[in-house]
Amino acid sequence: MSRKIMAYRRENGRVGVRNHVAILPLDDISNAACEAVANNIKGTMALPHSYGRLQFGEDLELHFRTMIGTGANPNVAAVVVIGIEPEWTKVVVDGIAETGKPVTGLSIEQNGDIATIASASRVAKEYVHWATELQREECDISELWISTKCGESDTTTGLSSCPTVGNMYDKLLPGGIYGCFGETSEITGAEHLCAERAATPEAGEKFMRIWQAYQDDVIEAHKTSDLSDSQPTKGNILGGLTTIEEKALGNLEKIGRTSRYVDALGPAEKPQMGNGLYFMDTSSAAAECVTLMAAAGYVIHTFPTGQGNVIGNPIVPVIKISGNPRTLRTMSEHIDVDVTGVLRRDMTIDQAGDALIDMIARTANGRSTAAEALGHREFVMTKLYRSA
Amino acid sequence: MSIPQLLVHDHKDNVGVVVVEDLTAGTNMTCVVTEDDSDFELTSNDDVPIGHKVALQDFAVGDTVIKYGEDIGKVVAPIKKGAHVHVHNLKTKRW
Repeated sequence: MSRKIMAYRRENGRVGVRNHVAILPLDDISNAACEAVANNIKGTMALPHSYGRLQFGEDLELHFRTMIGTGANPNVAAVVVIGIEPEWTKVVVDGIAETGKPVTGLSIEQNGDIATIASASRVAKEYVHWATELQREECDISELWISTKCGESDTTTGLSSCPTVGNMYDKLLPGGIYGCFGETSEITGAEHLCAERAATPEAGEKFMRIWQAYQDDVIEAHKTSDLSDSQPTKGNILGGLTTIEEKALGNLEKIGRTSRYVDALGPAEKPQMGNGLYFMDTSSAAAECVTLMAAAGYVIHTFPTGQGNVIGNPIVPVIKISGNPRTLRTMSEHIDVDVTGVLRRDMTIDQAGDALIDMIARTANGRSTAAEALGHREFVMTKLYRSA
Repeated sequence: MSIPQLLVHDHKDNVGVVVVEDLTAGTNMTCVVTEDDSDFELTSNDDVPIGHKVALQDFAVGDTVIKYGEDIGKVVAPIKKGAHVHVHNLKTKRW
């Protein structure tokens, strides 16, 4: 499917749908300086988070990958990175600079917050002037990277909003988009079906290794009796989901009927095998998952919800889709695409998929999502183990 | 056809999902199988909230509940056709 959109073409050729000037703290103790800069310079956005000190090994690599990937995301025009000390700050600055976009790093040690904020504010102001003169240009919807993850699922997500996303992928993936689904814990119960949806035996085996590692390293190591206190969640159960198998089967509806994933990625890992659908090893917690997919380079997120998850992301527009008539009645301000007609049988999944594609194009063109209008900017780092 | 009260994913399924609010016991439900849009009728035994499941057959303890054409768990308390199916009578086989 081809459809023209108006978006930002970045220095590296990627297409972005937002034009943020990000003030990115390398670590938790640099949040205050970043927030001060964002307060000084209108049109910038600070991305405070909780980690970045005394991490090591694979956990540190994931931290750097998430920081660099967030700054490198095509929805970000330019970045100021602030960290407590210069060396780790430089790692992130150099990683973002590979995209060719403007990026500057500052460190607080031996400068103090006030001098750092002053210097960073001057740089950020120049970036705002530059970024606000960038023009949207004609691009094709097939150039978008579109991720998905559902939340506050219930039985209506499996009947309506998840197959709506699946229908969108079945229509847009053949045209050349990149897709991404994840939620390793929520695939549990349908892992055998997920393995069968790989494009190659290698991709399927890689998925199963990731899934098994999660069972062995996380579930077996930390479980109390089972996952039943958190999977399905209390909200899921209230919505009518009874078992993890039922939840997983509904979840997998998001990858449609004909789509096959070409590779299984680590958290925040950039796709390396060209266009197509990817599985990513992520938590099923909404903010963590969307943050990882944004760091891998995805520019629009599609989010089916049943009971009404309100999540957003600071740099990626999160499009909410719901088919639950009670949720549309009680909290419609959070929903971008209403597919309740699927339950009434006056809207087909094909029509619902077209409605979502239309909303993706409008969002790419600049329409603010419900989450953006309501100020949802959840930016949550995934932590693999305790810091040193 | 009127707006259905119960949707069933697959002909192999033995439970359906209530898709209207305030469904009361004794309602003669219009049920649609989404796989091919075929329909049938069933009377609900209970007040069942939207999104919750209703049994399409009688179940004994140990029976398997099928949804999406797949195994979603085992019956842990007897269930009558038309009754509410949830955490009080259905559990995963995994743990």
